[in-house]
Order: sequence, then C-alpha cells, then structure tokens
Amino acid sequence: MASLKKIARRSFLVGSAAILGGVAFGTYKYHQPAPNPLEPGEGKAVLNPFVFVDQSGVTLIAPRAEMGQGVHSSWAALIAEELDVDPAQVTVIHGPAAKAYYNSAMMAEALPGRGYNASDFQHSLGQVVGNFSKFLDLQVTGGSSSMKDGFTRMRLAGASARETLKEAAAQRLGVSRALLETRDGQVLAPGGVTLSYADLATEAAAVDPQEAELRPAAQWKYIGKPVPRIDMLAKVTGTAGFGVDTRIDGMKFAAIKQNPHFGAGMRSFDASAAKDMAGVDQVLDLGDAVAVVGSNTWLAQQAVDAIEVDWEPAAYPETTKAIFAEIEAAFGDAPNSTMRDDGDVDNLPEGAELIEAEYRLPYLAHATMEPMNATALYSGDRLEIWAPNQGPTIVQKSAAALTGLDPEAVHVNTTYLGGGFGRRIEVDYCNRAVQIAQKLKGTPVQLTWSREEDMQHDYYRPGAIGRYRAAVQDGKAVMVHGKIAAQSTTQEGAGRMLGLPMSGPDKGHVDAAFNQPLAIPNFRVEGYIAKPMIPVGFWRSVAASFNGFFSDSIIDEMAHKADRDPLEFRLELARAEWEPAAKVLETVRDMSGWSGKTPEGIGRGVALVYSFGTPTAQIIEVADRDGEIAITKAWIAADLGLAVDPHNVEAQLFSGLAYGLSAACFGEITFDGGAVEQENFPDYDAMRMPSMPAVEVAVLQEQKHMGGAGEPGTPPAAPALANALFDLTGKRARELPLSRHFSFL
Amino acid sequence: MSKTLRINGETHEVDLPDDVPLLWVLRDEIGLTGTKFGCGVAACGACTVQIDGEAMRSCQLSLGDIEGEVTTIEGLGTPDNMAKIQQAWVDHQVAQCGYCQSGQIMQAASLLADNPTPSDADIDEAMQGNLCRCGTYPRIRAAIHTAAKMMQEA
Repeated sequence: MASLKKIARRSFLVGSAAILGGVAFGTYKYHQPAPNPLEPGEGKAVLNPFVFVDQSGVTLIAPRAEMGQGVHSSWAALIAEELDVDPAQVTVIHGPAAKAYYNSAMMAEALPGRGYNASDFQHSLGQVVGNFSKFLDLQVTGGSSSMKDGFTRMRLAGASARETLKEAAAQRLGVSRALLETRDGQVLAPGGVTLSYADLATEAAAVDPQEAELRPAAQWKYIGKPVPRIDMLAKVTGTAGFGVDTRIDGMKFAAIKQNPHFGAGMRSFDASAAKDMAGVDQVLDLGDAVAVVGSNTWLAQQAVDAIEVDWEPAAYPETTKAIFAEIEAAFGDAPNSTMRDDGDVDNLPEGAELIEAEYRLPYLAHATMEPMNATALYSGDRLEIWAPNQGPTIVQKSAAALTGLDPEAVHVNTTYLGGGFGRRIEVDYCNRAVQIAQKLKGTPVQLTWSREEDMQHDYYRPGAIGRYRAAVQDGKAVMVHGKIAAQSTTQEGAGRMLGLPMSGPDKGHVDAAFNQPLAIPNFRVEGYIAKPMIPVGFWRSVAASFNGFFSDSIIDEMAHKADRDPLEFRLELARAEWEPAAKVLETVRDMSGWSGKTPEGIGRGVALVYSFGTPTAQIIEVADRDGEIAITKAWIAADLGLAVDPHNVEAQLFSGLAYGLSAACFGEITFDGGAVEQENFPDYDAMRMPSMPAVEVAVLQEQKHMGGAGEPGTPPAAPALANALFDLTGKRARELPLSRHFSFL
Repeated sequence: MSKTLRINGETHEVDLPDDVPLLWVLRDEIGLTGTKFGCGVAACGACTVQIDGEAMRSCQLSLGDIEGEVTTIEGLGTPDNMAKIQQAWVDHQVAQCGYCQSGQIMQAASLLADNPTPSDADIDEAMQGNLCRCGTYPRIRAAIHTAAKMMQEA
C-alpha cells in the first residue's frame, strides 16, 4: 500500500491507497505516473511536469486553456501558495500536449449519482475515477473542472518543488533541510544566508523530487483572496497572443469554404474567377472543401467567396421543422435513462391539480469572439500546430491520424483563446489547417474562418424538447415527471473526441433535470435520445443549458398554480433536500429585497439550478418601457464550497448569466435546405452594453465540496428571465428565444 | 497600389489593392495584431481603431479611403506605459478572454475624449456596437467611470 501511495503522490493524485485498493478502478495501470514531458535545459531544473525553475525565475505549466476563465492566474496562486513566491512573479505558459496533463476532475463527473448528495467517499472515488482520463490522454479544459482538478495537484506540485529546492540548498550548505525556510522565491538558511530559487536551479535538477504535506487552510496567503490576473496587462494593451495573432516567418494566409450540408461531400468547383484575383497564390481542393492560400486573409477570403461549388446535399432532415419532428419521434422509443424515479408518477395523487407543459429550445451556436482558426507548418516528418484549443492531446492525436505521423512528431502550441465555451474542444478547425499545411510542405500557413463559416460550421447546442407532467396539492409540489428528448452531446461529442463508441444510460443528457436538489415525493426524469442529425457539441453548461430551463420553468408554473410565492415555494423544496440550495435562494432573496410583490410595470423572476457541483440562484428584474422590455437588474448567489479567487468567480458567474441571457433573448440556429440560416452577429445577436442588466453577485463558500464556476451561471438565466416576464405580462414562455414573443430594448 | 499611412505616429508604406480594409492591412501586412477580426461586417466592434481620434470600424475602411492619423491599441499605451484608461481596465480586472477588449478600449477612449464625464446612458449609447461574448459589460462600465475620474484628476 505504501508504494501505491507514493506513486499516487508522485503523479500528484490524492486518491488514498485505502480507497485505491478497495475499488475496481484501482489497478496499477491507471496509477503509473505519466512521463514528464519537459526536457530540462542547461541551468534549468524541471522539478515536476508543472514547475520549472531557471535563471529567469519560476515557470508554471498550466496545461488548461486560458479562455477567459482565469485558470492561469488561479493555478499560479495554487502553486505560489506552497512554493512561497509572489503569484505575479510566476510566468505561466500553456505547455505542450502531454499525457501528464490529463484532467482528473472531468471524468469524475461521469460517476453515477446526483452530485449534491454525494458522500466524501464518493468524492474521493471521483478523483480515482478521474484517472480514467489519464488513461485516455484526456488533456482537456471543460466541465467547469479546472479548479477541482488543479486544487490539490497544483499545491502538491508547488510543495514538492519547494522541498526539492530546499534539499538542493541543504546539500550545498551542508545543513539539514529541516533548518531551512522559504520566502519570496528564496531559501533562507540560519545565519542570514539566502539563496534564490534561480541560483539553486541546476543543483535542484540533480536532487530526487521531494514530497511534502500540504499547508492547512489557516496558513493560506493567496487562496480565497483576489489575485490580479496575470493575463490582464497583455489583454488591455493588445499584446496577448491569440490564435489569429500567430506570426511565423514566411507564413501564408488561407480562407476556406466548407459544405453547408454537414458531413456531405463536394461534387465539383469552379475557381476560374478566383485563381487570378489579387493576392492569391493557390486554390486547394480539400476533397470536401475548397481553400485559397495567399498573402492576406481578406484577399484569400474574397477569392474563396468567388469560387462556385456544387455541394452534395444533406443526408438528414433539411428544415428546422423536420429536424424537430425527429427529436419528437425519440419520445416513441424506450427511454435511454431514468436517472431519478422516486415514488409514483403514473397515478395522480388524489385531489392534486395537474399541469402539463411542453418546452422547446433551439439549436445554438457558440459564436466565440475569435473565429475558428489555426496555424500549421508541415515539413514531411514533423508537424507544428499553433491553435487556440481546449484539448491539445486531441488536436495532436487527430493531426497524427490525418498525416500518418507519430503523435510525438506533432507539436501543439496552445495560444490564448478568444472565447472557448466548449467550441474549441473540437478539432475540426485544426484539421483543416493541417490539411492545407500538408499541401504547402515547408511553408507555415494560417487558416482563419470567416464569421459566416464559423456560424454555419459549429458543433451546436442541440435543440431539445421537454415534456412535463406535474402536480400540486394544498400548496405543495407532489409530482414532477419530465421527459427530455434531444440529440446526445455525450454520445456524439465524447464519442468523436475519444474515438470510442458511447452507449448506456447517458447521465449528461439529463444533467440539471434529474439531479435538482428539490424534495418532491413523486419525481421521475427520463432521457430520450434523438438520432444524430446536426453536429452537436459542448456548449457552456452542456445539457444543463436546456434542462435547467425545463426543470425550473415547471417549478415556476407549479408555484403559480398552487398560488404560492415562487421563491418561498422553491425554498421549501430545497430546504427539505439540501441546505446549500436553500441558502443560495435565501441569499438572493435578501440581496434583492424580494417581497413577492412588484410595482406596476416591473416584473421579477427567480430560478434555482444545480449544475457542475454548484447550486446557483438568480433573480432577474424586468421593466416595461412603452411596450418594450428592459432587463434592469440581476442578482446571483452561488455556493462553490471553496472559491480560489472570489473576484474571478464573480466574473465567471455574471459572464455565465450574460451567455445564458444572450441565448434566452436572441439565440436561435435554424435550418433550411440542410444549411444553417444564420450568418453573422446581425442575425445571431447577444447581450450588449445597453441590454445587459446591472448585476450583484454573492459567492458563498459553505457546502462541503468544491463546485465549478464557468458554467453554473448559465442555466438559471433563461428561466429566471422567462419567470420575470411571466410576472410582468402574464405570458408564459415555453419556447426560446424570447425575442419571438417579446420585444427587448 | 502604394499608399502611405500614418499609424501610431509612424509612417508605413503599403502596397496592396485599394479595397483591402484597414483591419487586414494592420494585421497581415504591418503586423499590428492588437486590432482584432470578429465579424467583418461592423457588427461587433472588435476591429475598432481611431482615425484622428474618432472610433471607426477598421473592417469597413478601405485602404484607398484612409486619410488622417490612425491610432490602434498599440498606440494608445504599452505594457510599460499604459494609458489611464488601460490602467482603469486593469484596476477593475475587466478582461476575461480579452479578444474584444482592444476594440472596447479604443471605443471608450474615443467616448472619453468627446465626453469626459459620461453618464450610464452615454456609455450605453457609445458602447452598444462593441460585442463581448464573455459579458464583461458591468466591469467595462465601471472602468469607464474610473477612467473618467482618473483623467479629471490628472
């Protein structure tokens, strides 16, 4: 057992040996440390896969994509906490694609159970199961998992680095390591001797990595406090390097035109007008797409626009209506899952009042501000890729398969991401750059998609239908029976990402529907899976983005049917099930001065959704301005258990709200002739300065387990707004976007 | 077509067709990548620069039509010598993904040059063309108010 524990420590895992020995997942294979991907250079100590020290100081490899969520800064704070350096003095880089950088927290989400009621044992187990992602080389950023993943691993990396540097100093000075201390990037020895980490780097490289206990929370200097973001200066001065900012000597610029009918081929194209246009070097046939390479992105784009293409037609239903008919047809199959089945939902309790509702939500695009792009250089036996991506090992593996190179010959450089939201966990845009680079052997090439190409070639949030039967009796919720049908992001997306067929009950598909912390005696949730049609993917908060709307909307309808205050109604249900969920409701109630009454022309709505480990309550206030709706104010309370940087968590929560409101008000991807109808921001708009409400955020840290930050702010936004509109107008919105039925300022 | 441009106080000779938008002259020809491509149709504001102090969408300005001094985010201030408005952005920890922020800052700087003490309504009006998918608007608003104060006190 001791040796297993040591191996686990070495690979920065914390699953205890006792648990490892006791579960089926605890085989040795998963616990072999992944090889250290960092090659030490002269005068440089690579202390572990996350920290290296050289003459310029301490560098942290934070192998999670910095896409705005602040992961680089928060991981720097975690390392700094143990290493005794100022986080602002730590250089943070994305690092290479490597097995050592697997995400241990993300796979843990796949464990059975509702999450909020998991025991400590299950949470530890989750960390062990997280090892599966190492086995699958899953170096990904997503699922609001980075802090859960890094919280222990980064501190262990910092502690190990500190003790190793101290050991190097002890050997040089001929004193016991126990007599040494560390402060501000230096080892302090008795008699006022100080040695900087940089000075010790070479010697530390020759010392065996040392282990150390983690410091108790009472000693923390950085964790739990706002730490200035290390990417801020670059991002306000235009010097941060995004994917599109990659500049390599001799680099060409490319534009692309892909089939608007997903997955279909290209019959022929006519590039006679394009090939002689200004700035054009080459027109390339990519088999199922056509690209132009030239001296300037815009000139290449003009030329690609001038190419006439005869596309193969779509092999799936061609209109929104026909696609939704297929989603509806899934209800006729046996359910894929019944993740909650409490009591009896088949018989209406005696004297209860029945509510039946069907909700329909559209497909959605991610619309990151930075359009899809990647840069690649192929030299025959080596491929280098520069890309704003959320999954470097997936990029690497996919490019290797495409070129026939060994994965080791594919070098992935992760730039800053101009928004991710789940779109950049896909690798289609990288593969396209690789295809072009292969035809330009020896010449680096940057492919940038037009906004139109980006909008019309996404992996979309699936359109979804929720059919609910619910009942109230004597002012109380007595039954909820939800049936949810949509294409499965888990089966299609994870299957695509891992190259593995996915089957069995799909928990992700019904997330934020079956696992809501509400005490309802008769409660069943069934998931139905529609056949693959439109490419679907991971959109901020994934299935919780539609299930949160279904499950909170029905609760609001029940509250009104029961003639109860909607907040008090939810509070009663939450209090009886899980206290932290009740606490976030009480917090928004108190922050907003909720009284259950609003003056003429003002409406308020509340929503509560538990997702990604975090209960989140929101209240939204709307005002009638001469028939137009203004969203004037929002209050958010979320309990993350522990917030590494509360100021950054606040930003993530209102960002999640803005993303959710954008979709709720305006977001809709529709289809005609098998192609997406929306092209650009004028027909796929989002919250803007005047439409964004003023926001107050409360970050609670009371529940026992660590919750996510990036996603939980999104699911409650749409139901809170729809509930507010009901309060204002008496009109119940069961479809989104709301701009179909309401006019927003 | 050869054309002389004044950008951030420096002179640049460029040889490109007249219809190439300024955005793509800056990014792909001159190498000033702080100005971003977002939509190409003046609907997002990521490409905002100033021409003689006025905020303009560089994706809609053809090279042949450019007259006057161009200022990009790189010309507003540098990491070692930030403009007050950039300092206000740091103080409020505004940026998340950061991709739209060059355009937001250039638009806001132009607003403050015209109106040193903008109200919330003035900010709504001036900033409505600048999209931020991370939804950083509350902190952008706060940073503009702070920058206004910093500039008043200077």
